[in-house]
Formats: sequence, C-alpha cells, structure tokens
Amino acid sequence: MSGRRLPGGGRIDRNRPLNFTFEGRPYRGYVGDTLASALLAAGVRVVGRSFKYHRPRGLLAAGVEEANALVQVGEGARAEVNLRATEVELHEGLTARAVNCWPSARFDVGAVNNLFGRLLPAGFYYKTFMWPDWRWFEPVIRRAAGLGRPSILPDPDRYETRHAHCDLLVVGSGPAGLAAALAASRRGERVMLVEQDPLPGGSLLWRPAQIDGRSGSDWAERAAAEIAAAPDALVLTRTTAIGYFDHNALALLERVAGAAGSPGPDHRPRQRLWSVRARRVVLAAGALERPLVFPGNDRPGVMLASAVSEYAARWAARAGDEAVVFTNNDSAYAAAHALLDTGGRVAAVVDSRPAPPARRTASLQARGVRTLLGASIVATHGRPALTGVTIRDAEGHDHRVAADVLAMSGGWNPTVHLFSQSGGALVWDGEQALFRPGRSAQAEVSVGAAAGEFGLSTAIEQGWRAGGGEGAPPLADAADERWTIGPLWRVPARGKAFVDFQNDVTADDIALSARENFVSVEHLKRYTTLGMAADQGKTSNVNALAIMAELTGRPIADVGTTRFRPPFTPATFGAIGGRARGELFQPLRRLPAHDRHVQAGAAFEEYGGWLRPAHYPGAGESAHAAEQREALAVRRAVGLFDGSPLGKIDVVGADAAEFLDRIYANTLSTLKVGRARYGLMLNEQGAVIDDGVTVRLAADHFLVGTTGGGADRIAAWLEEWLQCEWPDLDVLVAPVTTAWAVLTLSGPKARDVLDAAGVDMAIGEEDFPHMTFRECRVAGVPARISRVSFTGEVSFEVSVAADRACELWDRLRLAGAPFGLAPVGIEAWMLLRMEMGYLHLGADTDGATTPDDIGWGRVLKRRRDFVGRRSLTRPELLRKDRLQFVGVEAVDSTVPVPVGSHLRSPGLPSGSEGYVTSSGLSPTLGRGVALAMVRAGRSRYGEELLVITGEGRGRRVRVTVPGVRGPGGEPLDG
Amino acid sequence: MLLIACPWCGPRDETEFVNGGEAHIDRPTPAESVSDADWAAYLFFHDNPRGWLAERWVHAFGCRQWFNVERDTVTHEIRRVWRLGEPRA
Ligand SMILES: [Zn+2]
Repeated sequence: MSGRRLPGGGRIDRNRPLNFTFEGRPYRGYVGDTLASALLAAGVRVVGRSFKYHRPRGLLAAGVEEANALVQVGEGARAEVNLRATEVELHEGLTARAVNCWPSARFDVGAVNNLFGRLLPAGFYYKTFMWPDWRWFEPVIRRAAGLGRPSILPDPDRYETRHAHCDLLVVGSGPAGLAAALAASRRGERVMLVEQDPLPGGSLLWRPAQIDGRSGSDWAERAAAEIAAAPDALVLTRTTAIGYFDHNALALLERVAGAAGSPGPDHRPRQRLWSVRARRVVLAAGALERPLVFPGNDRPGVMLASAVSEYAARWAARAGDEAVVFTNNDSAYAAAHALLDTGGRVAAVVDSRPAPPARRTASLQARGVRTLLGASIVATHGRPALTGVTIRDAEGHDHRVAADVLAMSGGWNPTVHLFSQSGGALVWDGEQALFRPGRSAQAEVSVGAAAGEFGLSTAIEQGWRAGGGEGAPPLADAADERWTIGPLWRVPARGKAFVDFQNDVTADDIALSARENFVSVEHLKRYTTLGMAADQGKTSNVNALAIMAELTGRPIADVGTTRFRPPFTPATFGAIGGRARGELFQPLRRLPAHDRHVQAGAAFEEYGGWLRPAHYPGAGESAHAAEQREALAVRRAVGLFDGSPLGKIDVVGADAAEFLDRIYANTLSTLKVGRARYGLMLNEQGAVIDDGVTVRLAADHFLVGTTGGGADRIAAWLEEWLQCEWPDLDVLVAPVTTAWAVLTLSGPKARDVLDAAGVDMAIGEEDFPHMTFRECRVAGVPARISRVSFTGEVSFEVSVAADRACELWDRLRLAGAPFGLAPVGIEAWMLLRMEMGYLHLGADTDGATTPDDIGWGRVLKRRRDFVGRRSLTRPELLRKDRLQFVGVEAVDSTVPVPVGSHLRSPGLPSGSEGYVTSSGLSPTLGRGVALAMVRAGRSRYGEELLVITGEGRGRRVRVTVPGVRGPGGEPLDG
Repeated sequence: MLLIACPWCGPRDETEFVNGGEAHIDRPTPAESVSDADWAAYLFFHDNPRGWLAERWVHAFGCRQWFNVERDTVTHEIRRVWRLGEPRA
C-alpha cells in the first residue's frame, strides 16, 4: 500500500462512503472524491496502459490534463469511454475500467510492443503503411491501437442545445475569474461564469490562501454564491468552455444530470451544449504544470508536483510515503512542504538549477530535507510502479534513492487554448519559460495564471479590472512572490523519456523527426502523432517544441506552437447532436395527404427532403411488380399521382412578364391568360438550372412551376435577380409550394374520373385543351386544373388548398374505382416519362448541361437578352462534341442497361463517349428503355455503342431519339 | 460563427445567412457586345483578397433581403454593413 487516505482534511464527506469497482475489484471512496482521488487513496498505482507500447501507467495529474488514466465508466448503452479518471465524480455503484488494456491494466498482452519498441519508431505508420502492404498490417494495428471502445447500442439519454447571450462570459472560477465575474455582476451586467469542476474556486480549492480575511475556498464559495444570486447572472459548474469561435461565439458543454455511466435520475438531459454569444469574454482558465522529460518518467508513481499537493489538500489523499521531488523551478517546493505537512517523508529535492533562490532550499533544509542542486534524475526503478530513482548529482555521480512517489515540475503553461482559438497571438515569455497571450483578436482578455500571472494578488486585481470593477479589489493577505525557473527541457541520459504520455512519443522520437527534417511543429506533430491524442497535448506540446528548438538550434519563439483546435476536452456526439437525432436529425416533409398514402399501402422513400410514396405494393407484391403494374394502369386506364412537392412560385406585378422574359431562356410574355408553357431557366454560365410549366393567371400574375428540388432554390434565385440586378422592376415573388396540394389524374380514363368526381365546367378536349389552365370546383372543392402531362397520357393536374388534399384524394379514388384507378408512386411515374423520352432535370442533366445539349438550341435564336444567354456562345458551349441528350435501346436483350453505364464506339480503343442517365423496364414493351448523354449524340442516331463499365459491360446499345415507340413505330401516347 | 448585422433585422447568427460572393460586380451590358474575355472575367475572375472584402449576403432564413458587408477575410472582423443601392464609400 503506497497512497493512502489522510486521517483528516480534504473536501470529502467521510460520513458518506461510496462503493465502486475498478477493473472488477471493489473499492471505497467518499462523496467529493473523483475516481482518481479514490484510487490514489486506495493505493492503486497502475491505472492504465499506454497507447503504443502498452506500458503500465499511473496518475500523472489531478485535473483535466491527465494523460494516463483514461477509463471507461459504466457498461452497455451508457458506457462512456476515454474519460479522464481525474474528472469522473465518484458515485455509488460506479464501475470503471482502464481503456487500451487487455485483459487488464496490470497484465496486458499488448505490452509485448514495449519489447519491440525499436520497431515502432516515429513515422512507423508512414513508412509501413504504403500500398500494397498496409492491407496486411491494418487490421492488427487497428485492434491493438484503439483508445477505448464506445458502445454500439443506441444512447438512451437525452441531450439538448441552448443558446444564450451575455455581457460578460468568464471562463474559469479561480481567484481571477471570480473577481471578474463578481465585479461585473455588481455592476448589473449579464454575467455567465463557467467552471468545469463541480465546485467554484479553481486553485483556491487546494492552495493555501487568505482573501478578505477568509480562507481561499470560503471566499470562493461566498463569491460564487453572490454572483449566482445576482438577477442577470448565471454560474455554470460542471461546464467546460470547449470552443471559442468568431465574433465571441463560444461553445460550452454542461454535464447536467447523472454521473458518468449511470442512468440520468430524472427528466433532465444528460448533457447540454450551450452556444453563447458574449459581448466580452474573460479567460481565467489557469495554467497546467509541465512534466519533466527524463528516462523512465512514465513509471507509475511519477506525478506532477502540483497534483501531489492537490490530492493531499483537496481529497486528503497522499500519493506516497517516501517522496523525491524533481524540479527546474520554485513551484515544486510547495509540493515538498505539502508532503511533509501530511506526514510523508521527502528523501530529496532534486533541483536542476545550480543556484535556486536560497530561501526555497533553506525552508526545506530547515525541515531536514536533502536538496541536490544542479542535479537530475536519470532513471526510475520499480515494476510495475516506482520503488526508487537514480539521481545524477552536479559532479556526475549517480545515487540510487528509494521512493514510491516522484513529484516533478518542468514549469507551467498558461491555459491558452481558448485564447488561441479566438485568433489571438501567443508570445514567448523567456523569463518564465512559457507561452502567454499576446495581441487579442476579439473582445477578450486573459487574466491570472492564464495570462502568465501567477501571483494571487495580481490575478485578483487583473480579474477585478477585466470585470469593470470599481474601487479596491478583494484583498489577498500575502504579497505575491515571484517564482523563478531555469529551463530543463530534457535530461541528457539514455532510455525512454516520454514527452507525450498519451500517444507514447519520446524525446528520441522528436530527435528522429528532426534528423529526418520534419522540423516544423506541424510536421513534427503529424510525423510523431505528438499532441494528437485525446488530450491534444496539454502536457506535451511546449516540451516537444522546446526540445525541437534545442535540437535545431532555433529560439523557441521561432519554432512556435501548433494550432489549438476545439474542443478543449472531448465532447460526446450526443451533446453535439442534441435533439437532432433519429427522425429529427433531418426532418422530412410530409405530403398533405400523407395519411391517405399510408392507408393506400405506400412504401415511402425520401425524395428531395420529402417523404413520398415510391410505390404502393399490394399483398405479396414486390416493389418492381408494383411499379410495373402502376405504370400499366396509367397507360391502360388511369393513375392518381401526388405531385404536391413540385415547386410553385407566385410572380406578381406590372413587370412580371418582363421579369420572366429576362429569367427564362424562352419567352413568357406572349403567353395568354389561362395558358401554360414549359420553360427553361439557365444560370449565367449558360447551364440549365431548372425547368417546369408556368401558367398565366392574369396579365400581371404568373404561377411559376419548378422541379421539386428547385422550389426553394429558384424562389431565392428570382429574389436575387430582382433585388441585386433589377430593383426597378415592379414585381413581387412569393413561394407558395406548400400552400397547394397537387393530385394528378393521368391515363385514357382520366377525363371520365374527373367527370365522375364532379367538376363545374366543360372538360372536353376542345373546351379544355392540352397546355391550358382553369379555376373551378372539383367535387365541390375549389381547385385549379392544369392540362399538362409528364406521362404522355391525358392528364389533369388538380391543385387544391393543402388542407383539402385528403378530401380530394378520397373523392377521386371513389370516382375512379369503376375505371380501375390506381395510386401511382414516383418510380412508375419516372418509368412513364422515360418511355416518353421526357427529360428529368438533375437525373439526365448535370451542372454543365446547356439548352442545346438537351435539344433546345432554338433559344439561341431569341433576340433579346436573358440570364445565361451570352454564355451560350462561349467557345466551350459551341463545341460540336458536347454530350447530347439521346435515347438508347439495348440491341442484344430486353434487360435494362444500368444507370451510370459508360458507352463507347466499338471502334475506339479507350475513353468514354457518354453514359446512361435514366433506365428502366418498360411494362408496355416488355424491354429496357434508357436515356443517355452521348458525345454529339443527335448526329449518331442508329449507331451502335458498347457498354464499357458496370454490370452491363460488353453489351451493345443503339442510339435513338429520346423516347420509345410502340411496336408499329407509333408514339406510346397515340 | 459570425454575427452579422442585417440592415433590416439587426445582429443575427451567421447560420441565418447565405454568402453571395464579392459585391459590386457590374453585369456587362449589352451582353451581346461583350467580348468572350470580358464575359469570362465577369463570370469567373473575382477578387480573393487577404484582408478587406466587400461581399453580398442574403438573410435567407430571415427577411430574405440582400445587402453588402465589408469583412476582413483574415480576422472575420466586419466593419460595415449597408443596403443595396447605398453608396459603397
Ligand atoms: Zn434581415
């Protein structure tokens, strides 16, 4: 037993013990413990295995920067992986396992990698995983290299997103952050104070301090309570600011309900992602201690000095009985005192500086502690955990000293992650050997340790001022003491000296990277994977770039840092997704008559954001059989098709006709009231972007029809031209797609059905011809009818107000039953238009298709300008070998040629001359019908081509005009 | 995420807007008398400066109005927003 629980003290509730298991073994802790503090107090020394070499690892830190103790908490659907044990609050019944270990942390099969460490140097992946060999390695490496295995079960919990605005957002509730939030809240500002810990206070929770005559932690508790009580202030604990984006937008992750891995206790979400827009931001996120880089620095028992102090003071957990302290700066002396104060022994303080401030050494010598100056640690001993260290003194002599804990300090890194994400520039502070915030890019200020200011009074004063505080700031009772450092970036001795503990990157790996000329920090990072693990290099980045600076003889400021990227700590997908999961991930639009389609047995699929009937299979009927039957019904009797998603845009105004003449590639102003016309729209590059039938309701009122996918896009397109190019035109545009339901009757019996349903006007061919439009009543429902056809059969496109869709559907089905009316889905509808050779925009065309490519060369003859016209005479668009829209029919069989098949003349050795864009089995003809884009296709009717790709490879097809003909050569629509 | 001050609705999140590229590009007319080279310049060759850029935005999920914004492409600072038809200066 090495670590232990101290008899008194700490912010734990000894009256409330908690049972938990780690790696299957039962342990006990207290309310207030983290998993890490409870394990330390229970004497557990090995808490995980390293990523690459599977070396045993112990706790390195006490907070968010912990690199070794990654655990999975809970089992099954609520299992959370890669949590830092230092951030897991203990709860009754908690079960935790180390990640990256099999079968257990103490005995791990993957540790064999450690023996073959020479075979896994930096750059191993790049050098090894090159085609074709990587195929052999990948499965093995992937199994061995994972960090935790997330559950594959659906997450049973609820997550949510919240948006907030504030005057001042303060990140971090240490002395500086509390002072800022306190000052601003007293001024009546809307303040948000964010703290990742369950308790406010930051370093005041464990560092001895007196503020305004109270203990630091008492002061923090009172300050936080005062802020929380202010009318417009919000204090969020268990909340991490994970990202800082443009214009002071920050993302906060709040852990709301239920400890990790346990069921949420109530109606609350498990986590909440806050999207905050702040007028000003104060960054008071403190600083993280750096490890020292020396051989064996990853042995369980080697810890950050500040962590040793924090475990003792906050959780009454002593890291060991016999300690050695290794430091290059003054701050670690406090850890030595903390160990002595809690009854531990300190065998030696090893300071790499030849002459540290005398008052530091004297204070320890007075307590009987040996101090070795100008010395370093060159080896650690013990298996699996620390039992001793080898100290090399200033004269070069080695001494072995027994120790079960080694407290190290390599200096401090201000937590500049959010500052850097905000766009601010870091500056190198040579005196303190750290990067601190320089010029700000946004309305933001860093204070306290996050700004490289480690004195308590200074931190409070900075925070107070940043919060707009008036008068005297809260008063710390002791004057700030400057601390000093003499950088020691690595100890020159043989053996694995770890820089990045989580990704197993050593000082030698950095040296290899330098030798192979990956000297930029961005290259170093990718070559060695340094800083790329779940901790994003919180403890390793600065050490690594300083070592690289040493190796390449450059100043650290010139080497610079890699970019800090969000999130600061890992965020769950659940929190990022919020409510947008399952059906709400991308909500689909439903047709006004959706319920009727359900009753009719529709099989639904998504088309352009709408849930639409693909077909209506009868009992035991396959999808293919249903679509064939439905298409035949239209050819032989009558079908009923729901076309509601087709775009409808009202264009109204004195200049409506003029406007549409400029927008459409064909003329609309000559259209008579009550008539319909097919039109094409182009973009300025001359490509077809939409097509549809437009009707003229009045001299100054058009109803523009678009494709289903174009409904929103074209409405915006019309607005853009009106506002940006032709603001002088008197035109209003209103998208009305969803206001109308459109049910189309199509087939030789369509007129009979409409007649039977009851319509208050004459609908004979002479009275109501093709391409005309009427307003009337159908079965008593006010309706608009267009005589347009997408199938080649007589069609009546009936539009009614969306809320009367079901009524119309019922009436038409009832009236149609004696005539064999069948509901028709999209798949059959597409077959019918394919038989007719009708273009389907987006299926048969792409973003480069011009009007001439689809047989609309006549628009070029229009004399007046329209959008895209000038581009039609660009040389590229006049080329004779452009892809043109044609039909293709299989020569060799009745089986359809797959869509996407590339085609080529049998005489050509290579290349493609086009491809099939639409294809299906014609139920009328009993053979495949297809449409294609083929080079100079219109001049090649009758020519045979070879299918050169896909399932149809080797088959022969013949180029035809689009659309098939009946057995006697007659068009299918008679 | 940018905070864009729509001249009609006030400051709103970037997600409500759609960017329309560089502003103040004149459509050459009469189009039929524009050379291929000048037409190609209008279509394809726009400035992409490192620094201040005048660009068009539309409040697509709001008032649907187009307007102009002057934005620094490095820092994303927005220093001016003005309506269509108002002078650029
Ligand atoms: Zn607006």
